[in-house]
Amino acid sequence: MYIKPLTWTSAVMLSFCALTPAQAETGNADKGKQMAAVCVACHQQDGAGKENPDAESWPRLAGLDAGYIQKQLADFKSGARNNATMKPFASMLNTEQAANVAAYYASLPAPAIKATAPTDAQQALGKKLAKRGDWDRYIPACNSCHGPDSLGVGSSFPALAGQHAGYIAQQLNAWREGKRSNDPQDLMLAVASRMSDDDIAAVSAWLANQPAAK
Amino acid sequence: MNHFTILSPLTLAMVLTSNTAVAAENAPQVPVNLPPPKAGQYVHDVPTIDSLIENDKMKPQLRSVVLKGYDLFMNTQQLRGENVFNDMNCRTCHMGEGRKSWAAPVWPAATTLPNFRGKNQHVNSVEERIAGCFSFSMNGKPPAYGSDTMLSLVAYHKWMATKAPMYEGNIAGRGFGKLAKPAQEPDYQRGAKVFKDNCVICHGEQGEGKTARGEVVFPPLWGDGAYNWGAGMVRLKTASAFIKHNMPLGKPGTLSDQQAWDVAYYIDAQERPQDPRFTGDVKETREKYLNFHKHSLYGTVVNGKLLGDHKNTGEKPFLKPFNLRPRDFAQGSDQL
Repeated sequence: MYIKPLTWTSAVMLSFCALTPAQAETGNADKGKQMAAVCVACHQQDGAGKENPDAESWPRLAGLDAGYIQKQLADFKSGARNNATMKPFASMLNTEQAANVAAYYASLPAPAIKATAPTDAQQALGKKLAKRGDWDRYIPACNSCHGPDSLGVGSSFPALAGQHAGYIAQQLNAWREGKRSNDPQDLMLAVASRMSDDDIAAVSAWLANQPAAK
Repeated sequence: MNHFTILSPLTLAMVLTSNTAVAAENAPQVPVNLPPPKAGQYVHDVPTIDSLIENDKMKPQLRSVVLKGYDLFMNTQQLRGENVFNDMNCRTCHMGEGRKSWAAPVWPAATTLPNFRGKNQHVNSVEERIAGCFSFSMNGKPPAYGSDTMLSLVAYHKWMATKAPMYEGNIAGRGFGKLAKPAQEPDYQRGAKVFKDNCVICHGEQGEGKTARGEVVFPPLWGDGAYNWGAGMVRLKTASAFIKHNMPLGKPGTLSDQQAWDVAYYIDAQERPQDPRFTGDVKETREKYLNFHKHSLYGTVVNGKLLGDHKNTGEKPFLKPFNLRPRDFAQGSDQL
């Protein structure tokens, strides 16, 4: 008779869940809210961010993973993620304050954003790239790392669904052009560098029109 | 940061043919470094799901069965607890919808079987080959031969093989490929470092994988959620080639052969559910299936521990599924 015991694996996994590097710094959302007073000018009161046609779009932060936000703040500050707009604000925050701000935005419910509807062609291509990828061009699906419905996996793979199309497109272009390189192990560069302008427009538009929470 | 500028033929073709090529001279690239087809090999143009949906000559009933097979292939977890008793999907190993070269594309099963198979020493049908995946890689119990589930999976395989020649065995991109023997014997400590540097971000510190909203996103590599000790992936030659040609995701060919062998060794030196062919004694089982296990660490001692010396079958409430039985064609034919 073969019966499943509580194996060593389960035990180790349980103990590991408690402490992963990204969660090592757990922020205080209440303190973060006060600190976030300067963020609302762009990221808005509800953290929804804003699509700015033909200009830098401001990402939705509400509901994103705290560890992800915290790492981006650290990278803006250190220059690992190069962004002239964010650098001065991130530089105002010490590690604890950044953790608090990250915790605050992570705690907010993800609001619905205003997104332009994709064209029919973009709808088909964007959905395909997000859900199935295009392996003939070695483009894995967004979902294969960013998780079911591209709602994010942990601190390394942020939610994409319900994010502003302009922001997503700008980031993919930044990778393609070598202007963003703070992704772990060049994983996003690998994919972005194989995407065409049409791919980027389609997948950005499709993702922006997906629900930010389920 | 490491930006590679050497472009593989595939990447070049991609760049040249993409509608709006990312042509900037200094644009960073991560190469798709995969072995090219050899002279004389059959190179299959695997049809796409899009072409299936657009194919108005196909009977809609058949199309829906092929699509059912595709759905089962991509989301095999819908059979969890019935046929699948771990966190795997078909596409976990057979990446790119089972179509991709060097990720063990599955369509050759439809053109090269029935045939003799060394692993079980008899002639296997397509169904029996698929059943093998369920028994070992999915740590499960195969769908019954002739069942709707099995027929759908076979239909997906056969449709992908459309226009491929029957019994042509010299196929480009078949299997996971083969790496040359490493310069240094594979090593646990070096493998641990490769794992930490390249694999942990998705597969976790303990190889436990990652799940989001109830779905497995990154599969476990050992432990109860992973393939069992009878799966092809426990062979170092198989795992090293899979890793070299498919991992990290999106960056095939970026690890050295030595790194691939080392990390395969590290992963294989961890525990996983018992080989369903287990006789009750791990060393005896290793000996009995030595043609297979001579390539794995099963039944050997690593870091002072005898691997596979347990009766844990993971989530599966039994050891051996129905299909693991010898076949006997001894009666042959009296027509000759």
